[in-house]
Amino acid sequence: MPFKLNPSAGQPLYLQLMQQIRHSVETGVLRDGDVLPGIRSLAEELVVSHNTVAKAYSELEHEGLLELRHGSGAYISAGRTVESRADRVRRARDKVRSLVETLLDQGLAAEEIHRLFEAELFYPAPLEKRR
Amino acid sequence: MSYPFVIETQQLTKAYGKVQAVNALNLRVAANQITCFLGRNGAGKSTTIKMLLGMTHPTSGTGTVLGRTIQDAQQSRDLRRHVAYVAEDKQLYAYMTVEEMVRFTRSFYADWRPEVEQRLLKQYELSPRRRVKALSKGMRTKLALLLALSRRPELLILDEPSEGLDPVAIEELLQTLVAAAAEGTTIFFSSHQIAEVERIADHVCMINHGRLVMDLPLDRLRQDYRRITLSFAAEPPPTAEVQAEGIEQVRTNGRQITMMASRDADAVVERLQRLRPISVEVEPVGLREAFLEKVKEEA
Repeated sequence: MPFKLNPSAGQPLYLQLMQQIRHSVETGVLRDGDVLPGIRSLAEELVVSHNTVAKAYSELEHEGLLELRHGSGAYISAGRTVESRADRVRRARDKVRSLVETLLDQGLAAEEIHRLFEAELFYPAPLEKRR
Repeated sequence: MSYPFVIETQQLTKAYGKVQAVNALNLRVAANQITCFLGRNGAGKSTTIKMLLGMTHPTSGTGTVLGRTIQDAQQSRDLRRHVAYVAEDKQLYAYMTVEEMVRFTRSFYADWRPEVEQRLLKQYELSPRRRVKALSKGMRTKLALLLALSRRPELLILDEPSEGLDPVAIEELLQTLVAAAAEGTTIFFSSHQIAEVERIADHVCMINHGRLVMDLPLDRLRQDYRRITLSFAAEPPPTAEVQAEGIEQVRTNGRQITMMASRDADAVVERLQRLRPISVEVEPVGLREAFLEKVKEEA
């Protein structure tokens, strides 16, 4: 799995991992029934504490996105809601892509667009949960 | 045996003449975690570890490791059967070969796991016939790790394990530590290398001039610690206006006031709006920044 955690980002590592797994499901990279590596192997692969992986897995299990089967691993359980959500995310991504292209054509720098998006999402409460 | 913390010290102190190498240290390390003992060179890390392992006696204060009292000779011997230690200088018998070193160490421990020994010998590409003194620093670290992990230690203590290793060897070291932790060994390692600590540690205990200056889970640092910068159109208000609990390091710099919030940054920002800043910036605080600030504060 191409997960990548940033230890110096202002977000707990387990949340980063949860988001990336969720994102992989939403974009269809991971599908219903797929198996994620065991806690120990993913911890070794990402070189993070097993507690990080364990916490992410157990929270995702709590959300119903993962099913942990003892001894055999972590199964993605993406029901219909997730599938339709995947479609929504795909459509949204197309919209964002074309908006970004338009803005770039109009001469805005990538950095400026980034800031505009951020301001729109987080201002005036800059620390709203970034999920 | 059950105990709330695998390591717990009360007012642990070590003085060398007038110098307080370790100063009233209250350290608590939880089980099943990777805890980093972070500090500058000479901050008191090695001295603390040596006291925990009964290699030097505290001037005052007490401590327990795995529930055993560190000053009690009998209990200290007993605890060392359950703790593995990788020293900074990786003191090994230079004249022995790898094979002899392994055989020699194995003879002391009833819980030796030959299958782990064999696996690590292969994985680390340690040639059994090689003399210890001919090993590179990285290889010597691997041998020390092999000797430590071939037992089933409840607690693995390492003093600056990555010192002098190249990036590839560091990566392998971190992987080994992560794997050992996943198998149920509690890890306590000292380091001043922020980048590696940040990756694998669940919890950080920061020591400076022999005192504990920070003790928190890294995910809490990531989640809660924020640097807040207020910019004003004119002269900023006096810093007393922003002081509050959970706010540290308030500084004025021209028309800006910066501070560090250790919790509830949202609420802090909301409260600060009444000062009518023209802009408010909120950034996460990395371990590097937190470390440098603590060291600066204490200087």
